[in-house]
Amino acid sequence: MTDNILAEAFDRLLTEHCPPSQVRETESGGTSDLLWQEIEQSGFLDAMVPEDNGGAGLGLADVFPLALLCGRHAVPVPVIQTMVGRAALASAGQDVPSGIIALASGKPSTTTDGQIVCRQVIFGRDADWLVVPKEEGWQLLPTEEATILPAGSHDGLTVNMSWPKRPAGTLNITDVCDWQATGAALTATLMAGAMERILEMTVAFSNERSQFGRPIGKFQAVQQLASVMAEQVFAARMAAETGFADNATQLDPMLAALAKARTSEAAVSVCAHAHAVHGAIGATEELDLQLFTRRLHEWRTAFGGESFWFRRIGEAVLASDNNRILDDIRGILSV
Amino acid sequence: MLSSLPLVSIPDEDEALRPAIRNFLTDTLGPRPRHELARSWVAFDADFSRSLAAMGWVGLTFPKEYGGGGRSPFARFVLAEELLNAGAPVYAHWIADRQSGPLILKYGTEAQKNFYLPKICKGEAFFCIGMSEPGAGSDLASVRSKATRTDKGWLLNGHKIWTSGALHADYMVALVRTSGAPEDRNAGLSQVIIDMSLPGIDVRPIRDLAGDSHFNEVFFDNVELADDALVGTEGGGWHQVTSELAFERSGPERIYSSILLLDGWLSFLKSKPDVDDASILLLGHFAASLAVLRSMSLAITDLLVRGENPATEAALVKDLGTELEQAIPTLIADALAVSPDDEVPDHLLKALVYISQMAPTFSLRGGTREILRGIIARGLGLR
Repeated sequence: MTDNILAEAFDRLLTEHCPPSQVRETESGGTSDLLWQEIEQSGFLDAMVPEDNGGAGLGLADVFPLALLCGRHAVPVPVIQTMVGRAALASAGQDVPSGIIALASGKPSTTTDGQIVCRQVIFGRDADWLVVPKEEGWQLLPTEEATILPAGSHDGLTVNMSWPKRPAGTLNITDVCDWQATGAALTATLMAGAMERILEMTVAFSNERSQFGRPIGKFQAVQQLASVMAEQVFAARMAAETGFADNATQLDPMLAALAKARTSEAAVSVCAHAHAVHGAIGATEELDLQLFTRRLHEWRTAFGGESFWFRRIGEAVLASDNNRILDDIRGILSV
Repeated sequence: MLSSLPLVSIPDEDEALRPAIRNFLTDTLGPRPRHELARSWVAFDADFSRSLAAMGWVGLTFPKEYGGGGRSPFARFVLAEELLNAGAPVYAHWIADRQSGPLILKYGTEAQKNFYLPKICKGEAFFCIGMSEPGAGSDLASVRSKATRTDKGWLLNGHKIWTSGALHADYMVALVRTSGAPEDRNAGLSQVIIDMSLPGIDVRPIRDLAGDSHFNEVFFDNVELADDALVGTEGGGWHQVTSELAFERSGPERIYSSILLLDGWLSFLKSKPDVDDASILLLGHFAASLAVLRSMSLAITDLLVRGENPATEAALVKDLGTELEQAIPTLIADALAVSPDDEVPDHLLKALVYISQMAPTFSLRGGTREILRGIIARGLGLR
């Protein structure tokens, strides 16, 4: 029940301090400082930090509902990423610095003139720190001196970051952490939350919008679209929860693969069907739908899209000694 | 709006059943060609069902006082999963075990429970389900078969179709009209248990496109039923049938219809020196889809254990499950045909042909895709 109380408190906080207007303001270049202060003061950021280090000592399964809520509210700052980053730093015996932590989507590249480049960093614009994987261990790079350029989408939260050289103040962590799998599983939970939200929006819209003299939700064609959406949303949520199921602080890479593969796959038809039902109004800036579907398209490919993770799973199944796929599912793809 | 499905694991005491079931099946079934195994739950084998019953594995969830195993639905999940993944010929006892037994347990009189349930558990009473009629497919409420009150019981006249297993079944649970007219829709419908050996019953097998005859046409010509043929309440048939269909739609058989083909393809891939990238991706796609569906199916089992009626959720899982079951033959056929010169084993091709031919029925039986999606939409709050 603890997680319900936590989730309810977090939901109230986000409802009050992260309405769609705040999301839009942040996206259009405004500040998210007030929102971040509220989240910081609430103590949620140390939910997964061990109790000995002053945190709440919660595991992944405990914070799953919080991650879903970040997706449901389209929170424009990397809350769950910072939560996991802080826990990883504390577990590695590091002092945990304050500020926003974003995750690099892969190992940085180095240009011929020695620049360090991280591309397509989600929520990178306002981040104070960036988690960057290395061959062995990982690093926490301060973003103060980074050159930050928008990387595509007009909202500007996803950026390309570069440094002339390794910045001063970089923290080196030798502990092994599979940040790609972690980023994938975190993103999968955000996606599941966002998809739950747009299913609700689509059902509500279907009952409100009338054509031919009755709500469009009364037409079988629309009902079929909504049902298929629901199936995909339920499957995505189950997959995302499976990725977070182990109540440790480190997740299982194969379950993370399952989570990201299945949510990324689901996002395609969920977005398409939501837009189909909403019609032209769904493609406007004004309607909240776009806050979610734009993110879903971006998150679908972040940390590897469905085919990347399907391949990982396929390779594991092919390499196993089992004669039945059921035994692989029970063995490596179940909690 | 529906609440989300819970993430649950099979309890240890139920999972512990698995090795014994698997060993039993290995010993009992022996080597059989894959296309025969692929027929699993449309394959009727009374001897097999009785040997399973002798192990205590028919009526596993029925109370012990009626000869059952007194185990939880999770135990049945493990049992069903092992049977279907081994390709065991389970049809003879399947309907009684899954549907008719639980129906009698829920709505039957004490005398009916004492009469039918021990027989089911011993593999001595095989059931079929009489729902569809020539004029009542998806529109089930328009059934016209009619049971009329007499001094001694009921007089039954009518016609059922697509009744799987009727040729070999000892009993049929039929949805029939006991009052009113077809225009009264779902009012006036009742369920009766029909002894298939009674005079006036004519069963005619219908050959399917794969050359099998598991479904049938059944004619009732002035069949005299005893008073206690009625199960549940007179006029309550529609409500009983819809709750029964939740059971029919919730089980693991709604995700494993193509599993023998998938496993056959997997062992073929493992036998090759190199596997192409597209096949590896496809294998991962199947494994991921199946893993999530299995978790969803377990969630439905959990809701049943908690005494809820997850009719909408079961429809949702079934629709998603049959989509995968149908994708498996379609995509494996294409994956194999990427290299037409490969020597694909005969048994794999035969299994592929059989599953490809039968795949359209996966989204018909237990409620068509279109009907299920209507149920889901209503559960979401549309309509």
